[in-house]
Amino acid sequence: MTKAIEIKNVVKVFEGKRGSNLVLDNVSLTIEAGTFLTIVGASGCGKSTLLRIVAGLESADDGIVLIGGKPITGPGVDRAMVFQDYSLFPWLTVKQNVLFSRRLVANSHDNLALERGAEEARASRLISLVGLAASQDLYPSQLSGGMRQRIAIARALMSKPSIILMDEPFGALDAQTREVMQDLVLDVVEQEGTTIMFVTHDVEEAIYLGKRVVLMSPHPGRIDTIYDVPLPDKRDGEMRVDPQFLKLKRTVMDRIRETVGLSLDRSASRSVEAGA
Amino acid sequence: MDASPLKLEAPQANKPARKPPPAKRQWTLRGTLTKRQYALYAFLGVATPIVVWAFVNEAGIVPKMFMPGPIDVVNRFWSWIVNEGFAGDLAISVQRVSLGFLASLIIALPLGLVAGTFKPAEAFLEPAMDFIRYMPAVAFVPLMMLWCGVGENSKVAIIFVGTFFQMVLMFADDVRKVPMQQIEAAQTMGGTRREIVYKVIFPSAAPAMLTTCRITLGWAWTYLVVAEIVAANSGLGYAVLKAQRFLQTDKIFAGLIVIGCLGLIQDQLLRALHHALFPYLRRQ
Repeated sequence: MTKAIEIKNVVKVFEGKRGSNLVLDNVSLTIEAGTFLTIVGASGCGKSTLLRIVAGLESADDGIVLIGGKPITGPGVDRAMVFQDYSLFPWLTVKQNVLFSRRLVANSHDNLALERGAEEARASRLISLVGLAASQDLYPSQLSGGMRQRIAIARALMSKPSIILMDEPFGALDAQTREVMQDLVLDVVEQEGTTIMFVTHDVEEAIYLGKRVVLMSPHPGRIDTIYDVPLPDKRDGEMRVDPQFLKLKRTVMDRIRETVGLSLDRSASRSVEAGA
Repeated sequence: MDASPLKLEAPQANKPARKPPPAKRQWTLRGTLTKRQYALYAFLGVATPIVVWAFVNEAGIVPKMFMPGPIDVVNRFWSWIVNEGFAGDLAISVQRVSLGFLASLIIALPLGLVAGTFKPAEAFLEPAMDFIRYMPAVAFVPLMMLWCGVGENSKVAIIFVGTFFQMVLMFADDVRKVPMQQIEAAQTMGGTRREIVYKVIFPSAAPAMLTTCRITLGWAWTYLVVAEIVAANSGLGYAVLKAQRFLQTDKIFAGLIVIGCLGLIQDQLLRALHHALFPYLRRQ
């Protein structure tokens, strides 16, 4: 399999008021093309920062990220991103939001732009794919949180990115909507063949969606364990109660708790040392 | 007997007829009012001071020379329109406000956009402007007269000084409130800096910026009157000042009410514009 994303020895330090904070400590990870990879971990493990570095929205202090073998220099049309909320443009309708990227120079010479009517056709197809054909002329403020995230996904897919980066995209949704959205994402990915890097704090979501689940530990942010999910590629809701699923969920949750405990022990011992 | 027509209308006879909802209490915490109730209170709010005014006037508590009655003021306003060149006063005042405000807007808009978007521009502009905006615009009147003379330019300049610095800072604030997720989403779609400023930041901040215009236009009227009272021989502010010299208290009242009404009308017009330009903000 070809490598879509190669993260090599990435280091990120945030300078704060109380000294510097090592957010990512020498993180390396390779993601094959067409894989659905999820990242979980306790807060402060640097999972969102890692995603933002891959997106090009933040730069690494050391190490490199290769996309299709080439080092990244900033955000690019090959990597679309879906945020938790507030990323839709409220002054544009659903359809205009999905078509927004087509109005940018960066996308004005791709295949979609050259073929007449292809942009409109693809926008309509994507809006139908996420189940909002009837709402395409509404504004985001007229939609529910779940519907807004569907549009964010359609918009991210519009210019046919090879990679989609998702930063807790369903974090603000209620549990029922979230499950519907998870199945929708799996459906869309199957049709579009996109590589996905998906950050979440919800272990069940990580296992249900991911082919591989990466667990990161906090303070400093490191990759702790990578789990291969022992489920068929085609997922369905029944698998949420599969013994293997539940066992893995238990394992991952216990491990997250351990990683938090480790970091607490470490900071506790540090403060003891400092006091002595 | 009373209940029978109600019963006939009820879809299911076995269900108890629905009672009319009890009158809703109006003074609940953060409560709501119907449009009619709201209009009633608003009317009372406007009418009360006028009634008190008329009463005080009729009772003769204050000499007429210092406080004319509502009717006197209306009569005086009418003669101002017919005989004393109200239209000319109004036109020149509107012209000064428009020029001063537009000059301020045209320069402040790009500066605010840049200062709210790029940190170096913010650092370059904001501390300096913060300093200047604490100097009262009124204190600039002597300087502006020295620089621009007693002609039209000095009035426009005072309105400019009174609104410009605040406007830049407020526009910059409006721009800074654009959610970072919108900007980053556009970046990950391949947007250049220039494209993002024009296609994301400006349209996203536009409603707040129009509100800023509405607020600062109100100030522009204040500075207009200041400028016209200090140094002018025409305009509404000058008319009020002249009325004072001739002890025409009724004309002072009329002038103040006219200026208030102009502000109100202009505010409503800008609200309507806001409503028309940004349909996506309407409550569903």
